[in-house]
Amino acid sequence: MTPPAGRYPEEPSPACGGGLGGGGSADPHPGPPPRAGEGEALVTLRGVGKRFASGTEALSGIDLSIGTGEFVSLLGPSGCGKSTLLRLVAGLAEPSGGRVEWMAGARPRIGFVFQDATLMPWASALDNVRLPLRLAALPRAEQQALAAAALADVGLAGFERAYPRELSGGMRMRVSLARALVTRPELLLMDEPFAALDELTRNRLNDDLLALWSARGGATTVVFVTHSVFESVYLSSRILVMSARPGRIAEELAIAAPAPRPPGFRTSAGYAAMCRAASEALERAMAGPARQALDRAMADRS
Amino acid sequence: MTVAGLLGRAVPGLAGVLFLIGWEGLVRLYAVPAYVLPGPLAIWAALIDDWPILFGSMLETLKIALLALLAAVTLGGLLAVLFAQSRLLERALFPYAVVLQVTPIVAIAPLILIWVDDVTLSLLICAWIVAFFPVLSNTVLGLNSADRNLAELFRLYGATRWQALWLLRLPAALPFFLAGLRVAGGLALIGAVVAEFVAGAGGTGSGLAWRILEAGFQLKIPRMFAALALISACGIAIFAALGLLQHLLLRRWHESAMRVEG
Ligand SMILES: Nc1ncnc2c1ncn2[C@@H]1O[C@H](COP(=O)(O)OP(=O)(O)OP(=O)(O)O)[C@@H](O)[C@H]1O
Ligand SMILES: Nc1ncnc2c1ncn2[C@@H]1O[C@H](COP(=O)(O)OP(=O)(O)OP(=O)(O)O)[C@@H](O)[C@H]1O
Ligand SMILES: [Mg+2]
Ligand SMILES: [Mg+2]
Repeated sequence: MTPPAGRYPEEPSPACGGGLGGGGSADPHPGPPPRAGEGEALVTLRGVGKRFASGTEALSGIDLSIGTGEFVSLLGPSGCGKSTLLRLVAGLAEPSGGRVEWMAGARPRIGFVFQDATLMPWASALDNVRLPLRLAALPRAEQQALAAAALADVGLAGFERAYPRELSGGMRMRVSLARALVTRPELLLMDEPFAALDELTRNRLNDDLLALWSARGGATTVVFVTHSVFESVYLSSRILVMSARPGRIAEELAIAAPAPRPPGFRTSAGYAAMCRAASEALERAMAGPARQALDRAMADRS
Repeated sequence: MTVAGLLGRAVPGLAGVLFLIGWEGLVRLYAVPAYVLPGPLAIWAALIDDWPILFGSMLETLKIALLALLAAVTLGGLLAVLFAQSRLLERALFPYAVVLQVTPIVAIAPLILIWVDDVTLSLLICAWIVAFFPVLSNTVLGLNSADRNLAELFRLYGATRWQALWLLRLPAALPFFLAGLRVAGGLALIGAVVAEFVAGAGGTGSGLAWRILEAGFQLKIPRMFAALALISACGIAIFAALGLLQHLLLRRWHESAMRVEG
């Protein structure tokens, strides 16, 4: 349950080189074929299900493998269990069935970003970012330096002393992102982090996030929950489309596009085509099992 | 500040002055005897004349009230932290705190005066009983109101119980604690005065409540009013001081203390 305590390395660990397109090795895991990841599988879920005490079956039969250095989006309608899945991976909840297996045998360093910024209102931006380091009992000077650097990375240099109250919505989200990144996490879990922001801010933060992720050279794996087809296509190397009641992974799409995205990518025909494909997949997932069976039967006949 | 702004500030004071003038005028017009209702000028005169006695008594009452408040903060706060650590403990003990709270202090005070030999200490206990509950209940509420997502974040980063308490739950409880403290400040004074009344002549007889009783026996009604005015002044001062503390501690981050900006 507790993540590995101790120091955070200054440099990303070279455990897995390459980043996008790197690795390419075959999936080493035996057993039921989890979906292919990109590098070595950082985490593998086998038949994971979650039933709440209230009787709600939020997730059922999730088989999934996420490769090191991947950027995976979870796309699905409201209530399909995306947050629940993320919490299971983070270890904030226990699955009621199946297993969550880690490459290293134990849960790696994790950063978590919530839908709202979830900052401590009584603490300055710097102190908020410093929190994970403080909890890991790093020396104070090191805490300050790392936190200030993380704030600068998200474009908030000069706002160290500002309180959350004094920051705009987008800036608060950046602080939250800096707090998640300050420990140089191996796995970054994001639960609709930009859903409450205006489109311009959201696009800018998407670009910043991609840049930060690329800069880590494949050392950080991201699982990004979103409602937005456009956001998921723009960000990820793979999209997992989920359907509801109970939550399952209905389809998956690989997004073949260079990272970071080239300028003009948002308006390119390729982007539009991928968005259409993802949107159709989402519609199929939302249409329900009966419709899906029909669709599959039709597809088989043609 | 604009003229309207100044006027806005002056209005309560102005209303008070008008009230006093009306009071004095009516007392003189109908020649009300001072042993029934003295005018403000007579009360003022009594306050000046008896200042050495009254001031000493005020210090005595204030001492009891403030010490009781301090004890309420310490014990109420500690108990709240203890409750926050264990639901079981909270469920076991909280009802008794409620019992202590709902039993009228005038009914308990004689018992305490009998059981405790030292009068000052028994007065202190009475005032503490009245004052500690708002601190306790507010702080417990505050400790349990920390943001759920933040609490999960602490868990994710492997925070110890102590870290979660110190860095998350106590700061989250601060606004609640301060609101409770403000109520407790007024109640501590009330508790001290009530206990002095109950102790009466049996006590050391030096607080403001004793001065009121004494002045009543001697029919020195203006002095009685002067003592009453001092009690009110003490209450207002405590309330204002705690309000200032609240503002200073919360102004940077809490909604309740933010100024609206145009
Ligand atoms: N603590 C809980 N107790 C009982 N049921 C829960 C709990 N948390 C979630 N659920 C149920 O599990 C299902 C999935 O919830 P979850 O929050 O994972 O959905 P989501 O995909 O994140 O939705 P959204 O996009 O609206 O955030 C819902 O039906 C919800 O009612
Ligand atoms: N209460 C405040 N005290 C001090 N500075 C503030 C306060 N509110 C906003 N600011 C500052 O004013 C600037 C603009 O903030 P505002 O919230 O208007 O931005 P915005 O355009 O809504 O941004 P976003 O799209 O990120 O929400 C920011 O630099 C912010 O730090
Ligand atoms: Mg959710
Ligand atoms: Mg805004």
